[in-house]
Amino acid sequence: MKILVAVKRVIDYNVQIRVKEDGSGVHTDNVKMSTNPPDDNAVEESVKLKESGKVKEVVAISIGEDKAQESIRKALAVGADKGIHVKADSYIEPLGIAKILKKIVEKEKPDMVFLGKQAIDDDCNQTGQMLAAMLNWPQATFSSKLNIKEKSLEVVREIDEGLETLEINLPAIVTCDLRLNEPRFASLPNIMKAKKKPMEQLNAKDMGVDLKNRIEQLKVEEPPKRKAGIKVASVAELVSKLKNEAKVI
Amino acid sequence: MSVLLIAEHDNSKLKPFTFNAITAASKIDSDVHVLVAGTSCENVSKETANIPLVKKVLVCDSPNYQNYLPENLAPLVIKVSEKYDHIVASANTFGKNFMPRVAAALDVSQVSDIIKVNGPDTFVRPIYAGNAFATVKSGDKKKCVTIRPTSFDAAEKSGGSATIEKVEAVDIPSTSKFIKREETKSERPELGTARIVVSGGRGLESGENFKLINDIADKLNAAVGASRAAVDAGYISNDHQVGQTGKVVVPDLYIAVGISGAIQHLAGMKESKIIVAINKDGEAPIFSVADYGLEADLFTALPEFLAELNKLNTIQK
Repeated sequence: MKILVAVKRVIDYNVQIRVKEDGSGVHTDNVKMSTNPPDDNAVEESVKLKESGKVKEVVAISIGEDKAQESIRKALAVGADKGIHVKADSYIEPLGIAKILKKIVEKEKPDMVFLGKQAIDDDCNQTGQMLAAMLNWPQATFSSKLNIKEKSLEVVREIDEGLETLEINLPAIVTCDLRLNEPRFASLPNIMKAKKKPMEQLNAKDMGVDLKNRIEQLKVEEPPKRKAGIKVASVAELVSKLKNEAKVI
Repeated sequence: MSVLLIAEHDNSKLKPFTFNAITAASKIDSDVHVLVAGTSCENVSKETANIPLVKKVLVCDSPNYQNYLPENLAPLVIKVSEKYDHIVASANTFGKNFMPRVAAALDVSQVSDIIKVNGPDTFVRPIYAGNAFATVKSGDKKKCVTIRPTSFDAAEKSGGSATIEKVEAVDIPSTSKFIKREETKSERPELGTARIVVSGGRGLESGENFKLINDIADKLNAAVGASRAAVDAGYISNDHQVGQTGKVVVPDLYIAVGISGAIQHLAGMKESKIIVAINKDGEAPIFSVADYGLEADLFTALPEFLAELNKLNTIQK
């Protein structure tokens, strides 16, 4: 079996983002970037399945500017076999990303596509489901446990009420939740070896799909700030404040 | 033009967030129609018809829709949505699962997780875990929108008399099979809608120590929440997680105990009306959003807190 795993390069999850003064977006210059966290889980699961012998090949793909290759190299360093970088110099909405991924799926013919459940920059939570619709494949979103069978996949999903178990036929789309696994770190020798692994380079413009964004971002602003609070000295004072000042208990 | 809202329910009654989504839908257009797709869901369609903001209920009663498999639900929504300009649902694991499938099939760019309706095509949505708000304008003719339920008040439940119309089921693919759902049962209020939430973090040090949190929650009739660190450490199940990747809560009172306040946790609770932080590290980022901060060891502070609460006899339910 073959897995295509999609990774996105985003502002690192530990960075406190800063909104641009002119309201056009957030500052990304000189800001630490890294792979979207649930995408790391998607890569880890792909590699684990390869190590278990159930999967033969893992192809990592990223769509974005040249530096998106860093996220692909990271996937290669932990065990993916081949990379595909689709160069895109400006923001593409999830709908356009899904269209590009569909083209890649038609060419690579994977049995499964793994993605993170959501990107932590635009917080859209759409790409996997959209790709599933375009391919007419079944989907398992928010997956926290996978069991590959011969022609199907048993998946435990995290839902608001608890957990849900599905069995979906292959080929299928899986979007990965953070508790699916613990992503490994790449060792230095493997990082060096990853530099020799193949990386195919394509351009989004040449994919033959409509990438025109449909949503216009009118402005980006900071959320309203909370007024500074106070420190209380004791539990008794806390309870008294909650009861008499905030009147919430 | 009318708005089509997809109701979330358990085949016997509506899920609470559907009421919030109805309020948001009514701000897009006052002609709100609700699709109730389910199995033996007659009671749900009656309950929906009672909501004053709802003008029409479309009910599709079929075994195809018992478990909300998105592969089954999306084709029905697409067929029913032909006459509508907007398709909306709540942005929880229900709406997030099927709506992008609908949008992609219609070649529409979805607007996810809106917190404000500025007009029929213009919405405000949080990005970067709520650290920025983006105002966006959709240029698609038909719009697929998911709604952050905690940002809108729940709609009135009774007094309406919407018409109920039957809708035929559509063919479903047989690619996907529901096996089971394990719902975490609790006597406490639901996390997403509770008036008070008491949350524990890694500072609790073990699952057993969550008893300290549970005792306070029981006393205050509160829901129990947790940080991702506590869930990842196995202290408590995932459905309690508050944060960017868990639930977003907006209670009147949020009490964060032993939670440092990572960006991803703050994203899920910083809109709460009153925030209390109890943490032994006075420098913890959680204090920057807390109205009342108590720098103390939680293992002594929580029993004291419970004792103080027990002295009060006027706890609001």
